[in-house]
Amino acid sequence: MSRKLLLENAHIEGINTYDVYRKNGGYRSVEKALKSMSPDDILEEVKKSGLRGRGGAGFPTGMKWSFLAKPDGVPRHLVCNADESEPGTFKDRYLMEKIPHLLIEGMIVSSFALGANQSYIYIRGEYMYVLQILEKAIKEAYDNGWLGKNIQGSGFDFDLAVTPGAGAYICGEETALIESLEGNRGNPRMKPPFPAVKGLWQRPTVVNNVETIAAVVPIINDGGDEYAKIGIGRSTGTKLISASGNINKPGVYEIDLGLSVEEFIYGDDYCGGIKNGKKLKACVPGGSSVPILPHYLVCKTAEGNDRLMTYESLSEGGFETGSMLGSGGFIVYDEDQCIVRNTWNFARFYHHESCGQCSPCREGTGWMKKVLHNLEHGKGKQEDIDLLWDIQSKIEGNTICPLGDAAAWPVAAAIRHFREEFEWHVKEPSLSQEKSYGLVTEKQFETETA
Amino acid sequence: MEENNNIAFPQSLLDEVKRITDMFPEGKQKSALLRVLHLAQSHWGYLSVDIMDYVARLLHLQPIEVYEVATFYSMYDTEKVGKVKLEVCRTGPCMIEGAERIISYIENKLGIKDGETTEDGIFTLKSVECLGACGYAPMLQAGEKFHEHLTEEKVDALIEEYRKKPVANYMGLENE
Repeated sequence: MSRKLLLENAHIEGINTYDVYRKNGGYRSVEKALKSMSPDDILEEVKKSGLRGRGGAGFPTGMKWSFLAKPDGVPRHLVCNADESEPGTFKDRYLMEKIPHLLIEGMIVSSFALGANQSYIYIRGEYMYVLQILEKAIKEAYDNGWLGKNIQGSGFDFDLAVTPGAGAYICGEETALIESLEGNRGNPRMKPPFPAVKGLWQRPTVVNNVETIAAVVPIINDGGDEYAKIGIGRSTGTKLISASGNINKPGVYEIDLGLSVEEFIYGDDYCGGIKNGKKLKACVPGGSSVPILPHYLVCKTAEGNDRLMTYESLSEGGFETGSMLGSGGFIVYDEDQCIVRNTWNFARFYHHESCGQCSPCREGTGWMKKVLHNLEHGKGKQEDIDLLWDIQSKIEGNTICPLGDAAAWPVAAAIRHFREEFEWHVKEPSLSQEKSYGLVTEKQFETETA
Repeated sequence: MEENNNIAFPQSLLDEVKRITDMFPEGKQKSALLRVLHLAQSHWGYLSVDIMDYVARLLHLQPIEVYEVATFYSMYDTEKVGKVKLEVCRTGPCMIEGAERIISYIENKLGIKDGETTEDGIFTLKSVECLGACGYAPMLQAGEKFHEHLTEEKVDALIEEYRKKPVANYMGLENE
């Protein structure tokens, strides 16, 4: 069983209230940071911890913090990205709902390290009930002297507020999030300038995921070196994984990075195996945007190594035979699931969520949705599969923000690994409406398949 | 622009608007817009042009700044909807667990199609994209409440409940 750094106390009755949270060691990291550490000391611990962004990109947090511009007299901000909308991901909601003070504690320490006196939690509008939980906890933190003027006599003034989105996947992209926080449509900005230089209200800004900010708490309490002892190589610490799909025990799991994928899917402490004794067909390990893996590449890599829950192992083999850890949205498909239908479903999602700024994404996602709809509904032609490949390749890398890539990758991976199932949909349109194609056969990966 | 002076928040909501705008530095009050629109929608049920114009006046914005935001985000309704919106998640993991079956079950039960409102004005059915409840699929949101692990029996029960009391709490307010 993996140890728990974030969810250790999540099961304790009343842990969402200040008194219980405090009794269980809450706000210790704030005391330690404000009394005995400088902002640079905190940055150093975060760097030593090896913590990487938990929202999906996996960028080293300490490095991101060190890019923050510090011009004289210009306020800086930390913005927490609680927009969680990557299909397959529901860990931040769980953390905020169960143990809201952990996020607040992380926001205080991180903002102190960054020299931010006013920070925001931007939460997706659909989590309005979680916003209320957070606001209640923030009020308790103010009432107990952890927020506001001169926190615990340290001289550090810090205000924290939570503000909602209103339904837009794109606002999880950091510059779109900033636009939305400013009260605008969520259109991503051109970069550079990066938010670290010109972010919220054109001020230097760091945007971090909920889980990333929460992880700063154990890093400060126990030290960056302790945190870095967990995991393998450049994948340090624990990670929250949202497990869904055809498994016996869906839910949120905190795992040590480095756990084997096989243990995670089949172990009784985790997903508990495939539901109804069925066979594993495929897995999307890091949220809907990352490449889907066919059953024979899930637990082993193409090289025959054990596949591990790390940034490196999940991407071993590149997009040819690997995927990504992403946000940790782990979706499992059994032998009865239809890959064409799932790909169409995701394409429809990206088309719905495209902000419309860049033509390759705005138009391309719509075309992918239509072509996939035809294939899935028995109206596809053989050349549609190549057309689909062509469209996705023209979106990837040609848009302002990564939503275009996120829409292209799942389609590319589905064709790469499941081409025979797509072809079967063309050849057997009536059959494909009735039953699942089942498991695909193992492939050798010497050349690109299209 | 012609002003419809019948539209105004009660004092309690004006206090709430003040609390929200105070979260942001002087001159950055536009940041309150999304939340104030949620308040307006919660209070009046949907965002008519008159209501959006009122919000613009309240926050010292041009009406177009409000319209473009209200039409960008999927949670805002610029047309009248039912008192209870049943928003069923249709994305990937929910689809695997039978979201499509739940949507057609509700369509048949209420005699409406996805996107429509029942004649009595109580229910609107809307299929929506991922709501972050993938491990508890299939699910729907009504007001701000998540109804998870849906079955046909659970759908029957919650429709019955909302029929008796067609109120879906949203932002801690009762939407009546």
